[in-house]
Amino acid sequence: MTISKLVLIELWKRKSQLITGLLAITLGIAVIVAIQSVSVVSEQNVARNLDNLGANILVLPQGASIDNYYTSDIDAPTLPMDYVERILTSTIAGVDNMSPKLTRRVKVNGQSIVLTGILPKSEIASKPLWQSSGLVGAEVKAACAPTESVNKSHGMEDEKLKRKAIDTLLSNDCIAGSQVARLLKLSANSQVTIMGKEFKVVKVLPETGTVDDDRIFANLKDVQHLLGIENQVSAIEIMGCCNAISEGLLSKLRNILPDTRVTTIGQIVSTQIETNQLMKKVTLVMLIIIFFVGGISIGNYIWANVNERKREIGILRMMGAERRTIYKMFLLKALILGVAGGILGFLIGTLAGVILGPYLAGIIVKPVYIYLLWSILLSVAISLAGSLFPTYLAAKFDPHSNLQED
Amino acid sequence: MILQGENILKQYQHNGGLINALDSVSFSVKKGDFVTVTGPSGSGKSTLLLSLFGLIRLTSGNIIFDGKRIDNINDRKLTEIRKKSVGYILQSFALIPYLTTIQNVMIPLALEKVPKKEQYKRASEILDYVGLADRTDHLPRELSVGQQQRVAIARSIVHRPQIIMADEPTGNLDPALSLEILEFLRKINQENKITIIMVTHSPVAAGYGTMKLHLNEGKIVNS
Repeated sequence: MTISKLVLIELWKRKSQLITGLLAITLGIAVIVAIQSVSVVSEQNVARNLDNLGANILVLPQGASIDNYYTSDIDAPTLPMDYVERILTSTIAGVDNMSPKLTRRVKVNGQSIVLTGILPKSEIASKPLWQSSGLVGAEVKAACAPTESVNKSHGMEDEKLKRKAIDTLLSNDCIAGSQVARLLKLSANSQVTIMGKEFKVVKVLPETGTVDDDRIFANLKDVQHLLGIENQVSAIEIMGCCNAISEGLLSKLRNILPDTRVTTIGQIVSTQIETNQLMKKVTLVMLIIIFFVGGISIGNYIWANVNERKREIGILRMMGAERRTIYKMFLLKALILGVAGGILGFLIGTLAGVILGPYLAGIIVKPVYIYLLWSILLSVAISLAGSLFPTYLAAKFDPHSNLQED
Repeated sequence: MILQGENILKQYQHNGGLINALDSVSFSVKKGDFVTVTGPSGSGKSTLLLSLFGLIRLTSGNIIFDGKRIDNINDRKLTEIRKKSVGYILQSFALIPYLTTIQNVMIPLALEKVPKKEQYKRASEILDYVGLADRTDHLPRELSVGQQQRVAIARSIVHRPQIIMADEPTGNLDPALSLEILEFLRKINQENKITIIMVTHSPVAAGYGTMKLHLNEGKIVNS
């Protein structure tokens, strides 16, 4: 016989009390796990959308409109190339990648097309269709993107479609958008003359349904030289961390680039960020509620248990049990309840997420096993916190008055 | 002397006044004595029994156990003395309801952190000694009242105490069972030289004492 065994026997013999004691904390943990499980998949969706978009922030010259960016008018304003360096040397966090671009509408073989100068090493080519055409290079590290292990655990469909940069784009090479290629009858390895300079088409992009279809991409330096706009760019596309955007990345960029227009691309990203923020807030609110409700519930259960066992406490104290033995008895019980509540809460919450996720949020939710550890830790912390005061009172009981309760 | 009380005073506050539950109580108990404490209800018998090893703190007076004063030591040291040297038997048996017979008997050994095998061996021997070898896995509610009191006796002696404090141990038993338990206590007293201090209402039980204290209104009126 040990005190631990005594605790286990008592728990086992009073199972119905155990179940009611566990109920609140289990359900609380379950709700948090369910929300978090859905939330993590949603965050991955954001990351995936960022992958598909390539960039999510645009830095445009002051006075330029989004239309300028898309139509690439001949007199559209430009901004200095040095601004890229200014961002790089700042302490702003959350800028994962930058691709400066110079874009102008030009005539090629009598057809109006958009010539875009890009920096090969930094150009974001994360779009699945770009990558399917073989344009893959070095990985671009994304600070806010889900870790590979998280991706793997969720079996992300585009797991392999990480952000990639185009490795090389030689001086006389260019990449043609699908619409342009059709219009100018271009194919891989064919030649095209742009403003008197010969370019070799190294790749024709598949149709993307975006402005890329109407563009020819060439080396930024070449395009600047060709257009006579040295060291100037039309825009800087930035791949920003989604959380950093919501935490004020745009205003930070505006501070260091005061004479520019900094804006986001893609309403879908901001919508998803808002959803994720909402989920985080709901999780926080739930966490606070469960901390109090769960703690009070467990505290109430332990207090009822203490009162029910006053005589037993008196008997043990009479036989020579120290106060710390009484502490151990009730805190050990709280610990066991915490562990059980954490495990059950994780199982129920995960099950709820897996079953309800597709119906409620239209996403497939899979178990996040690390949440088991967090569930147990949280549940144990709540359980112990709720039990401290009743346990303290139990150890302080006068053994004599409890013995006389017959 | 194993236990001495000198000018013991225990006062309670009641309705704004002080009541002397024990008043100038002095006694000396030798090792191996079987002391019976008698007196009418409210005379202070149980208060005396519970105050001897700190379950009730005295207002004044000295208690000397095994040559050392124990009335002025802290709760932890008193707990240690109760754990190692004292066994208690109460009228209501004071068994833990969800533990089996042998588990109840093993509690004093568990508190002393005796190894599990040793606990089991000693508890089995004691249960055999009190005639309950075939009831080791029974819960208290599955035993008769006489058997329950024998479990309480087994629990009180399993850790080989120097002294047993018995508060009305036959109070809930019929006359035949009372005699059985009293004979048992005498056997323990004589065979194991364990000192027993027994509070009782019963003149028959009081007859078992080798030393008799009679209390009235908190004072010893006859010894």
